[in-house]
Amino acid sequence: MTDSSDTIRGIKDLPSTHLLGTGTPMCAGCGALEALHVIYDILGSKTVFVNAAGCMTLLSVYPFTPFRGSWLYTAMASAPAGAQGIRDALDILLQQKRITQEEDLEVVVLTGDGAAYGMGLSATSGSMERMLDYIYICYDNEGYGNTGQQYSAATPHAARTSTSHGVSGFAGYKKNLFDIWVAHKPAYVATVIGADPLDLAKKIEKARSMEGPRMIIALSPCPTGWDYDPRETVNIGRLAVKTGVWPLKEYADGEVVHTKIPRQRAPVEEYLKLQGRFAHLFEPERNEVLLAEIQARVDAYWEKVEVAEK
Amino acid sequence: MKRTLLTGNGAAAWAARLAAVDYIPAFPITPQTEIIETLADWIDTGEITGRLVTMESEHSMVTAAGSAAATGVRVFSATSSQGLLYAMEMLYTVSGWRAPFVLANVSRGLSAPITLEPDHNDILAARDSGFLQIHCASCQEVLDSTLMAYRLAEDERIRLPVIVNLDGFYLSFTREPVEIPDADAARQFVGSFDAENIRFRASAPESQAVAVLGGGPYSYFRYETHLAAINGAAVYDEIAEEFSRRFGRKHDAVEAYRADDADYLFVMMGSFASKAREAVDRLREDGWAIGLLRPRLLRPLPVVHLQKLLAKRKAVAVIDQNISMGMGGILHSELASVLYGRNDAPTVLASFIGGLGGRDISTEEFFEMAQSIRQAVETGQTPAPRLLYTQTELREVRKLQAIAQVERQQLGAIDD
Repeated sequence: MTDSSDTIRGIKDLPSTHLLGTGTPMCAGCGALEALHVIYDILGSKTVFVNAAGCMTLLSVYPFTPFRGSWLYTAMASAPAGAQGIRDALDILLQQKRITQEEDLEVVVLTGDGAAYGMGLSATSGSMERMLDYIYICYDNEGYGNTGQQYSAATPHAARTSTSHGVSGFAGYKKNLFDIWVAHKPAYVATVIGADPLDLAKKIEKARSMEGPRMIIALSPCPTGWDYDPRETVNIGRLAVKTGVWPLKEYADGEVVHTKIPRQRAPVEEYLKLQGRFAHLFEPERNEVLLAEIQARVDAYWEKVEVAEK
Repeated sequence: MKRTLLTGNGAAAWAARLAAVDYIPAFPITPQTEIIETLADWIDTGEITGRLVTMESEHSMVTAAGSAAATGVRVFSATSSQGLLYAMEMLYTVSGWRAPFVLANVSRGLSAPITLEPDHNDILAARDSGFLQIHCASCQEVLDSTLMAYRLAEDERIRLPVIVNLDGFYLSFTREPVEIPDADAARQFVGSFDAENIRFRASAPESQAVAVLGGGPYSYFRYETHLAAINGAAVYDEIAEEFSRRFGRKHDAVEAYRADDADYLFVMMGSFASKAREAVDRLREDGWAIGLLRPRLLRPLPVVHLQKLLAKRKAVAVIDQNISMGMGGILHSELASVLYGRNDAPTVLASFIGGLGGRDISTEEFFEMAQSIRQAVETGQTPAPRLLYTQTELREVRKLQAIAQVERQQLGAIDD
């Protein structure tokens, strides 16, 4: 666990061993677990993780847990409300001097995209409007992963899922949760990815030093759901950033800043072609229309960023 | 002791105040809202020190209530009807957390059709949730039961959340003289909340409500919850006894009114039982040996008390202010299962449904039900379950339908 006085400047400042225990039932190559390791190293054991239904629910199966600190499983829709009750109760106990400051905990919500983008959005919105002092970690594997990767509100356009098997894949578009969260003006919002642990660590450390709602979306490459070899997780994560598909950015004090701008963006198809969920864009023949559309959407995003930067 | 005019909602708020609750997650819904408004006012004026947070739904409200109780503070919350159903997933969940707190439910009929007036389908939908249930028939009972509910919930033999039920309008908005216990005496009775090992502290990491794999551990924890709820029957008796010693009011698990020598009994829950009480008095004047049983405690079901109180009666009329579609009265089914196979069980256990959506049950209807069960004893034929409804009511509905019909035709004519 890192002291708040430490500052993470380079990759060498990251701990070489992880605090979160091993032997969890997560799939090999789980991009969410990859991110969670770094997050937990920084947040440490003086935390209570409040979980919603999703893959990570299986981290704590009676009587085992990889967490050194505390955990509460709630339900799919109301993890932020669970965080509200715990935070308020701890504040009451502190105020009444029934516990010392030493006994206080950082309250951390941990949910997948299914909860964050859909069912749990109302509870999340409520927590931000009440300026709840907590950290929200959404591991976004772009589908209802724990039930076998059906499409969710986080699924990208054209991705094949268990409920979008057609030649064009998912007809919808990934919901812009970052902007939805930012519209609430919480203390902090950031996108992260496990494949860039330094950017991730810096953001978690920054979030840790703040108060109020601190909201994190971790794009989480998912070998099982995205259909690729587990060893490609880091590579795919890096390509998500390098192609501009997953912009790394943060919001604080009313401003959105991109923490990493891929100046020489690789073509999106480098990212897409490694994943079975996009195989239908390449075989039996290239779907040039869809590929161009996906590329154009990424280009349009970055053009706006560049204009805003000037 | 001085008595104050309070609504049922006011009485619930007073009880939360006297129990010195730390935390109140809230969400408004008719006819419950006055409870949280009253508590919010007291917090604003500094009369009480608790913290009230308005959540964005009852689902979140019950989640926050459970997680705060699981962190070790005393929690109160209140809802009604659709709100209780919206929170249903979390009712089952937080009782499994063994997080003790008290939830007031102001009973109101369920949609569809949407209505504001009371019946018990909302609260009975929570019957199997793991929450214990106390049903009230007066504003005084609302206050007293809520104080008792904290003792019940927090008892080390139980540690489950408790719902205190009061009927919308008939109790929620009706002012009755209520004795408000002295704050110190109430505080002494309720005691302070010892979270024991159910809490979150940095020095003692705890994993709560983790997943289980397989039916073995799942059944174990479910059985544990059930056995804890069962303990509630004896513990309730102790608490009611102590409450009576301290405050001079006895709230038995089952109220028995003029039942000692009764051959015939009405059985009802909630405030509409006062209508039955009135009918019992009138029938007694006519020479009937009739009485009333009113279960206050529904979960756990006070089985032993009910078996004893129902034994050796000639006939029983169970009047359910609820309806299980395709089956009928829920209390009737429960009593049938309590009595089945007992030699001393009444031979006639008749079912009547009434009071849905606040529909009145008239004294004449009570007379009719009494006649009906007496006749059943004579003929040896238990009557089929009856849905109380009068010719007049049917005529009124027919009038509404006629208006609807005329309007529809009128609109049709415009289209043409």
